[in-house]
Amino acid sequence: MDRMKRIPITEQDPKVRATNFDEVCLGYTKEEAMKEASRCLNCKKPMCVTKCPVSISIPEFIQHVKNGEFEEAARVIARSSALPAVCGRVCPQENQCEGKCVLGNKGEAIAIGKLERFVADWARENNVNVAETKPSNGKKVAVIGSGPSGLTCAGDLAKMGYDVTIFESLHEAGGVLVYGIPEFRLPKEKVVKAEVENLKKLGVKIETNVIIGRTVTVDSLIDDEKFDAVFIGSGAGLPMFMGIPGENLNGVFSANEYLTRNNLMKAFREDYITPIKAGKKVAVVGGGNVAMDAARTALRLGAESHIVYRRSEEELPARAEEVHHAKEEGVIFDLLTNPVEILEDEKGWVKGMKCVRMELGEPDASGRRRPVPIEGSEFVMDVDTVIMSLGTKANPLVANTTKGVEINKKKCVIADEETGLTTREGVYAGGDAVTGAATVILAMGAGKKAAKAIDEYLSNK
Amino acid sequence: MYKILTKKQLAPKIYMMDIEAPRVAKSALPGQFIILRIDEKGERIPLTVCDYDREAGTITIVFQVIGGSTMELAKYEAGDAIADFVGPLGQPSELVHEEKESLKKKKIIFIAGGVGAAPVYPQVKWLHEHGVDADVIIGGKSKDFILFEDEMKKVAGNVYIATDDGSYGFNGMVTDCLKDLVENQGKKYDLVVAIGPMIMMKFVCKLTKELGLKTIVSLNMLMVDGTGMCGACRVTVGGETKFACVDGPEFDGHQVDFEEAMRRQAMYKTEEGKLFLEAQEKAEGHVCHVGLGGDK
Repeated sequence: MDRMKRIPITEQDPKVRATNFDEVCLGYTKEEAMKEASRCLNCKKPMCVTKCPVSISIPEFIQHVKNGEFEEAARVIARSSALPAVCGRVCPQENQCEGKCVLGNKGEAIAIGKLERFVADWARENNVNVAETKPSNGKKVAVIGSGPSGLTCAGDLAKMGYDVTIFESLHEAGGVLVYGIPEFRLPKEKVVKAEVENLKKLGVKIETNVIIGRTVTVDSLIDDEKFDAVFIGSGAGLPMFMGIPGENLNGVFSANEYLTRNNLMKAFREDYITPIKAGKKVAVVGGGNVAMDAARTALRLGAESHIVYRRSEEELPARAEEVHHAKEEGVIFDLLTNPVEILEDEKGWVKGMKCVRMELGEPDASGRRRPVPIEGSEFVMDVDTVIMSLGTKANPLVANTTKGVEINKKKCVIADEETGLTTREGVYAGGDAVTGAATVILAMGAGKKAAKAIDEYLSNK
Repeated sequence: MYKILTKKQLAPKIYMMDIEAPRVAKSALPGQFIILRIDEKGERIPLTVCDYDREAGTITIVFQVIGGSTMELAKYEAGDAIADFVGPLGQPSELVHEEKESLKKKKIIFIAGGVGAAPVYPQVKWLHEHGVDADVIIGGKSKDFILFEDEMKKVAGNVYIATDDGSYGFNGMVTDCLKDLVENQGKKYDLVVAIGPMIMMKFVCKLTKELGLKTIVSLNMLMVDGTGMCGACRVTVGGETKFACVDGPEFDGHQVDFEEAMRRQAMYKTEEGKLFLEAQEKAEGHVCHVGLGGDK
């Protein structure tokens, strides 16, 4: 075995998977996992851990995997992470743990994410209960939002003995894990629901269909329902549009709408009622993970699917693995291309998209080279559906209806980076609601820090 | 699960239900709506709050059977339960936030078209409770389709009925009725609130613009989540894109791009579905006249 080379992982054949919503990556077998784990150098000062936002003791769990002690491995991960089956699948490991693995200097980094996923899947399939909770301390904490930050914060607090209730505005818990990330990357029943069930086993209560700021307010939770502390993890779910002519035509969707119809409402399944206009030739505008998800979804619904991005391949913000998967499946990349207008047919539906070719100029504030339109390069892409995937911003509803909780110019909740404390005593916040759209694991990290801070606050109260 | 406490048929294909939803009932205000999902495989459909009882913890909804989901909901009886019921959503009617004294000086007329009487009712009732008796025009294609006449009479000033076929009350559309009140009967109004089918609201706005009357409409756009995270319900108001679920559903009718709103509302109507509904309507002898001007 070559220590510098990763044990390859089995994936569904691209041609086959482009027509179904089953998971693309099939995961390691026991033997493959143990082999991959045996490549780990078990560093004395493991750099991988420093780049994990929740500081999982990575070499420790990998050594257990190497020895076939999967339950012990699961326990090590559970000390730090409440959602390992999710994170093993969706974290951008190349920029985090795996990005710092020393093997990556000369060869291929350890497949930490895939090993974490293997351990979590194994634990679930073997009904291993790694949950340990302290006795109840009688104190109540309300968690707003059941996305990654809320689930993590709730899980950690429940383990410490708190009586935790999560309030979720949609009819199902999980936030972006259920409405945003598609089935083919993150199976809902098998993975997300199972992780949510694990939380319930810790005693966490989940009230769906409650919109904080409309159904009840943070103030009423504290004053009338006697919660001792509140964590706001309401995310950044508001879609952005370009503001170009034709954006309200029939056949133009936000990626949030397209993905919500498909993931949460299961529009791709015949037996579910919610409709979706899949389109025959779809342009997804944007280059992030959400754009990849939308393009690969459109493809699976039968469309010719294009990614339209104003910079070049190098600047694509999506994970390399997702771009690679999208290409394998047949998504067409139209790079250095920017829409300027959406064109309509006689019935008010999209019939094309006028674009302009771009070139890269000097680096901008983000450090990436600024795209500049090439004069006279306009052309029309012949498409019948356009999906805008330009990013999302925070919804100010919770903060706007809560006394003393302030927001910044970007409408994100102002909170201390280390503790998540907002401008109001007893009210904490974390995840995209504070940072703007970021990653699942950063949101989990923020949920973890806030849980610790809430515990310190309530223990001294 | 959310229990259906009572069910009543108000008119052909129009039903009223009281749903047990204490948290929603506690905070609902006139002008707001809810979203419900019948069962696990169902879609999320928005319906306006018709009434609420904070003590009993119930919300009253009224719906018309227009497609698969409403047809399914109509099969549910008192004692059954639906999977999801979330709200209150959207902004309450602006009237709720207005100074009570200036409100009392205002002459307001509501125009309720068909099932639109349901969302009009809580607003008129709320005003009545705050010392304002607004006038109301209730319109429908025929006598059978006039909803909430008795309830409305208890809380409104003058109630005018208009039927397309003249089978009851004023013979003509709600727009004709309003025109008659203002031009022939010397009625003066400061504000019109029109709620009903999109085409009706469009033509009310066309008329009130000519009459110089400020007009509020409630837009029943297609929605998915109803919390502002998808933009399915977007609509152009005064040249700007708004999300009806969070910025509305009520807007200044003279600023609304109705052509776009109606086109977007029909986005998922399949040709087959349209033909099916047309055939059904014809079989029931209804031809929709509202706003089609000239053929009446």
